[in-house]
This record gives sequence, structure tokens and C-alpha cells, in this order.
Amino acid sequence: MKVKEGLRWILLIASIASIVIGIFREEVLTVLVKAINICLECVGIG
Amino acid sequence: MGNLRRRLTQVITAIITNGYLPGFIKGDIYRGNLKRFCVPGLNCYSCPGALGSCPIGSLQAVIGSAKYQISFYVLGTIALIGTLLGRLVCGWLCPFGLIQELIHKIPSKKFRISSKNPAKFAKYLILIIFVIILPMFVVNVVGMGDPFFCKYICPAGTLEAGIPLVLMNPSLRQAIGFIFSWKVFLLILTILASIFIARPFCRFVCPLGAIYGLFNPISFYKLEVNAERCIKCNKCTKSCPISIETYKTPNSPECIRCGECIGACPTKAISSSFGFKESERKFRQMEIE
Repeated sequence: MKVKEGLRWILLIASIASIVIGIFREEVLTVLVKAINICLECVGIG
Repeated sequence: MGNLRRRLTQVITAIITNGYLPGFIKGDIYRGNLKRFCVPGLNCYSCPGALGSCPIGSLQAVIGSAKYQISFYVLGTIALIGTLLGRLVCGWLCPFGLIQELIHKIPSKKFRISSKNPAKFAKYLILIIFVIILPMFVVNVVGMGDPFFCKYICPAGTLEAGIPLVLMNPSLRQAIGFIFSWKVFLLILTILASIFIARPFCRFVCPLGAIYGLFNPISFYKLEVNAERCIKCNKCTKSCPISIETYKTPNSPECIRCGECIGACPTKAISSSFGFKESERKFRQMEIE
């Protein structure tokens, strides 16, 4: 149980760190650009 | 009461994540800054009402871009939500899950498929092949890959984005072809399957559910079974839409955490909690009662 609890906290911290790294790498801009234009693939046209 | 609370949460989440009303009127999409953020459930970002981004669509967009091979931002977001909630998202926050549940209410013969059915592994294959490998390696001359899951499979995209946009937008209507027909066929298949089977898309296809499921055994939110109270009557399994033997595997990767088993347990042996100490307190409180 202690291992599970430790893993839980490690994952929580790692996921937050991963988000921060992604923000610094400017991945958010790629997400935004994709999301604010009509995704033709999603619609079934592209 | 628990069921009503869950249904209300599902409806409110669906409305909030698709709350851009002008999109539905103009046949266009929201183009603001909120789309930097991923919503927790599978919700197409090209839905006219969508205010946030779909995590699976975003993951493919970053992986398939010429600049990146992996997305720390999207994977981190999914991992954060998964670590906190696991598949609680599927049971409570996903609009496409709600749609399947409402369709399943259509009166008909219902088929129960065991949670051990090997078809459940299909969603992991779809995740690896269509969401990761193909967008990463099948690229054009400038190094960009298609979002293969969105393009060839996702019925949520067809229902939430494809059909409304094509109906309201004449220029898009003129451009439809085989892929659109294929995706409509998959959507019809999903709708028909949802009438007879509970949550077929979530159980066998959804790559987002596949990822969240991996977090179920270790997430902060969890189900617990009090072994002293449990009489192994199997009522939890019978009440579970996914047919999980909750008394044996309360945190199965297949569990969407709808909470039906908690209400069905005659001895109140099943409990949900968030965190570690809270669950001990909850059981102690139940024992006092």
C-alpha cells in the first residue's frame, strides 16, 4: 500500500512537471492552432 | 440519488464543454484562448460548441506536427487527470459516454458482455497504432502526420463536429466524400451497438479510456471493498454495466466508476474515496452507523 501511495505522488508530480515542460516547448501553440481551425480530418473531409 | 447526481454531472459537463452557442447558430467553431486547454473527456474540438480541446485530438496534433515527436503537454494533462480520477472521467465527465448511455435507454433486448472479453484489448491497439505510431511515422514531405484516429475512426468527431458542420456549412457539404461516408457508417454502428450493449465505444474502442484505465489501480480516487462486510453475493457484478466483479477487482482498468455497484451492495461493503486517509475514515463512519 505504501508503494502504491508513493507511486501515486510520483505520478502526480511527474505529470505536472510534464505539463510545464510542454508549455516551455510551446506545444500549447500547436494544440491551439489545431483546435481553432476546423479539423477537416475530424469532420471526415481531410 | 447517486445516479441522478451522476446524470446531472454528465449533462452539466457536456453543456459547459460545448457552451459556445454562436457556433451552433453560425455553423462555425470557437477560436478563443480556452482551446489551449484539454477537456477531460473525449469531446471533438471541431464541435461548433466546443470551448476546449480534445485530449486525443491534441495528442495526435502534436505527435503529427513537424516540430515534435512527443507531447509532454498533452500526455502530462492526461496523466494528471488519470492520476487524480482514473476512469471516473468516463463515468461522470465524458459527453460521448453520456450519449451512449442515453441511447442504451432505448427499450430493446440488452446483451451483457463479460469484462474479461478479449475485445477490450482492441482499444489499446487503437491507441498504439492510430493515435501514436501512424501519426508519428506516416508523414508527408514536410514531416506532418495525419490524426489517424480522428480521420478514420472517431464517431464522436462525426457526431459532434462532422454532421453539424456539414449540415450548416455549404462549402464543407460540397467537399464530403468516401471518408465522411465511412465515418458516418462507424457512427451508425456505434449507435446501434449502444442500443444493445452498454458503452461499447468506451469498452472496446476509446483510446482515452484505455489510458485512463491504466491509472485506475493507482489513482487518488478509488473504490474499496471491505472484506469483512462483503458476502460475495455478486450483486455488484450484476449491477455493473461493464460486468466487472467489483468485489474481486474494485479498481479494474475497465471500471468507469459509475458507482452502480456502491448502490447495489446490500451490505454497503463497497465504498469510494479520494485519497488515502479518507477511505479509512469512511469505513469507520459506516461501522459506527
